[in-house]
Amino acid sequence: MMSTDAFALPRPELAPRPIVARLHDWVTTVDHKRLGILYIIYALVFLVIAGIEATVIRLQLIRPHNDFVSPQVFNRMFTMHGTTMIFFVVMPFLFGFANYLIPLMIGARDMAFPRLNAFSFWMTAFGGLLLYFSLVGANGLYGAGNAPDVGWFAYAPLTSRTFSVGHSTDFWTLALLVSGFGSIGTAINIVATVLCMRCPGMTLAKMPLFSWLNLVMAGLVILAVSPLTAAQIMLLVDRYLGGHFFDTQAGGSAVIWMHFFWIFGHPEVYVLVLPAFAFVSEIIPVFSRKPIFGYSVMVGATVAIGFISMSVWAHHMFTVGMGANVNTFFVLSTMAIAVPTGIKIFNWLATMWGGKIEFKTPMLFCIAFLFQFLAAGLTGVMLSVAPFTWHLGNSYFVVAHFHYVIVGGILFALFGAFYYWLPKMSGKMYSEALGKLHFLLFFIGFHLTFDFMHIPGLLGMPRRIYTYEPGRGWDVWNFIVTVGVFFQAAGILVFLGNLLWSHFRGKAAGSDPWDAWTLEWSTNSPPPAYNFASIPVVKSRRPLWDLKHPADPDWNYE
Amino acid sequence: MRSRGSNTWRVLLSQVAVCICGAAVAFADTPLSPTNIFAPASTPAKSIFGLSLFVLAVTGAIFLVVFTLLLYSVVRFRKRKNDDGREPPQVYGSNQVELAWTIIPILIVVALFMATARVIAIVQKTSPPSNAIEVTVIGHQFWWEYRYPDLGVVTANELHVPVSDPSHPTPTFLKLHSADTDHSFWVPRLGGKTDLIPNHPNTMWIDPQETGLYLGQCAQYCGTQHAKMLLRVYVQSKDEFDRWIQHQRQTASVSVTASQGQRIFETTACINCHTVSGTVANGRFGPDLTHLMSRATIAAGAAANTPQNLRRWILNPNAIKPGSLMPAMELNDQELDALTVYLETLR
Repeated sequence: MMSTDAFALPRPELAPRPIVARLHDWVTTVDHKRLGILYIIYALVFLVIAGIEATVIRLQLIRPHNDFVSPQVFNRMFTMHGTTMIFFVVMPFLFGFANYLIPLMIGARDMAFPRLNAFSFWMTAFGGLLLYFSLVGANGLYGAGNAPDVGWFAYAPLTSRTFSVGHSTDFWTLALLVSGFGSIGTAINIVATVLCMRCPGMTLAKMPLFSWLNLVMAGLVILAVSPLTAAQIMLLVDRYLGGHFFDTQAGGSAVIWMHFFWIFGHPEVYVLVLPAFAFVSEIIPVFSRKPIFGYSVMVGATVAIGFISMSVWAHHMFTVGMGANVNTFFVLSTMAIAVPTGIKIFNWLATMWGGKIEFKTPMLFCIAFLFQFLAAGLTGVMLSVAPFTWHLGNSYFVVAHFHYVIVGGILFALFGAFYYWLPKMSGKMYSEALGKLHFLLFFIGFHLTFDFMHIPGLLGMPRRIYTYEPGRGWDVWNFIVTVGVFFQAAGILVFLGNLLWSHFRGKAAGSDPWDAWTLEWSTNSPPPAYNFASIPVVKSRRPLWDLKHPADPDWNYE
Repeated sequence: MRSRGSNTWRVLLSQVAVCICGAAVAFADTPLSPTNIFAPASTPAKSIFGLSLFVLAVTGAIFLVVFTLLLYSVVRFRKRKNDDGREPPQVYGSNQVELAWTIIPILIVVALFMATARVIAIVQKTSPPSNAIEVTVIGHQFWWEYRYPDLGVVTANELHVPVSDPSHPTPTFLKLHSADTDHSFWVPRLGGKTDLIPNHPNTMWIDPQETGLYLGQCAQYCGTQHAKMLLRVYVQSKDEFDRWIQHQRQTASVSVTASQGQRIFETTACINCHTVSGTVANGRFGPDLTHLMSRATIAAGAAANTPQNLRRWILNPNAIKPGSLMPAMELNDQELDALTVYLETLR
């Protein structure tokens, strides 16, 4: 195999340093790679916590009239599960990969603002800790409960002090406020990095798709998280300074909160899914041995998704009574977003078409992503049909739909990314056998849980209920759904085991284990602090292809 | 490698098959669930049903086509054992193909949108005919208040409406309000859900075409006992409905045998929240109890309306519905018995 270490220096042997000094290095680091890894580890910890919360929810719902937990505990569980998974699992995961990979992919030595980067990470981290500190801190004054129990959407007026006594809602508000500032900081950093830090020769049209998708994601974060932050401040004003924004008993509006929340909430879905698209857009070409099909159309579709996603939020509010004309507008805008999303799926398929597909673990996760995201997109089209959503909204069908997006789409892509870039991050390979076992268990568990979850929704089962009546035809489906959880949990355990296996037993990965084409594979694994010994110069979208095929470089065709 | 790959696909295929069978059972078998959205019994629900079949057919067809393509390319273009190690032809894109798979989805979206806009208009732009029954629905944590302003009736948790003959429709128009947090009125066989939001009055309508009991429940998270805020709609023939109205308009019956219980009721906190018409009890925080015994359930459908359950409920509402806003009344056994006897006279 030809050497691709052209831009890296040999690693000097360092004397081992005391653990306190090494920890100090990690806490004070401004290195984008270390911050990326911190984000990812942080997200993994919260993934396990929020997974346990999901398990409690499912155990409670395994049969009708179950009393595994009280309604109060159940309500806290789904509030914490949703809030944690969105804000403290998926977002940090994606920010972690963006942080780690963007400078490496565009041939830069770090992010544009390294100290802002560290600040943003710690804001996000403390936001998560603040949310969980509610378990200790919110208890007390009024004998009220501890963890927040208003749902991750926290609809007014349930969050007013009339209905939410004590401080649990304050912890929820402050956690999102604090982590929101972290998210906005990271987003600004990503935009600045992608726009200003690219290596010589890398025009916007020659960036890896990964950078494009994350650029649009970061733009959406700035636009979407700001209204959420504003709404949180308004809620605090309501609760403590006598404001009446959402106080319906003093003429405030519950509907205004919904608008604020969903003008954040729906772009947020694309904030989460665009980076998943980014992983898939890098992994599928490498394991199909072909360049991405229709690069410029993929970029166009991404930008289109970014724009349209800002105009679809009220499809979460079809049952709120917005009137026929408003509903009709949001039906159209929501359906419109299916077009660029469909284009993306077709382009990934076309990338695989005519290739030589290797079924390594990352590719397995990406193929499952394609299949599941297709299904999730189509249930999304069903939900864009407002009259259908008058039934399906707030039912278990909707829960199944967005878990299909977030687990079947985003988490599967994330696992693919994990296996794909782990050799780069740690310098060691993972176990292919354990990786495939993880895939199999998680795939079975996912489909047991989320395929069958659609059905009770069609049979009239609303979400967020701590128990249900027998005789509604929901029992057997709920039982199957809960069984699937154990397969998923087993899959996660195998995954964590694989990380340990890789750490202790993994073979050295070398700089380019997948024979890939983007710049991160041209430097050592793990990369040195300065990333590249000399800043690379690129002439096409696949600089390593050019290096490996000097007789037939890409720039002849782009 | 090859055997592992096909194994994965076998699992995947069987998953899909099982899922489709499950869904088919769910759709086909009406008695399977009293809250099946695919068993409509009222015009709004039927319009949605027709539209949803169209949408399911379109999305199902798209799924089949794209899934087949995915499956084909994964199988056909897998790396073979006897691979020559050379890279496959590098293809960068094709504008014609891109154009095709942009325009076809746009056409599909236009078709879906037209069908959807039509049903939105049918359901949302209907105004009440002169013979419509009007009911004001007020959502409370965690029960339903029903007021028939033209008929002078106030009741709770069990809605009664007349059956509507399709040739001479007598639809029921619901005005939806909330006294506290957000709720949502959803009886799947009668129509889609509409939210009850404080300071934001909504309307919806139903015209059930078969008599019977229709079930549903609150579909917007409203607090601790959101799960036991159940809906029961009794669709009755015109005569039965008129008789029910006549009965509900009467003031509470007074019985000598229950005077001790009545005294307890009227001298404790009960009357702060409950109304019994014709007596001093005129609270509005809890359900109207004037004709309590005409209802099949108590606590918004959480328990059957039996003397034992009534007694249990008054003794400690949390035993039936933890988080309910009704306080335990701290009565002794004798008082509990007397109070239960009194409530049983409220027919």
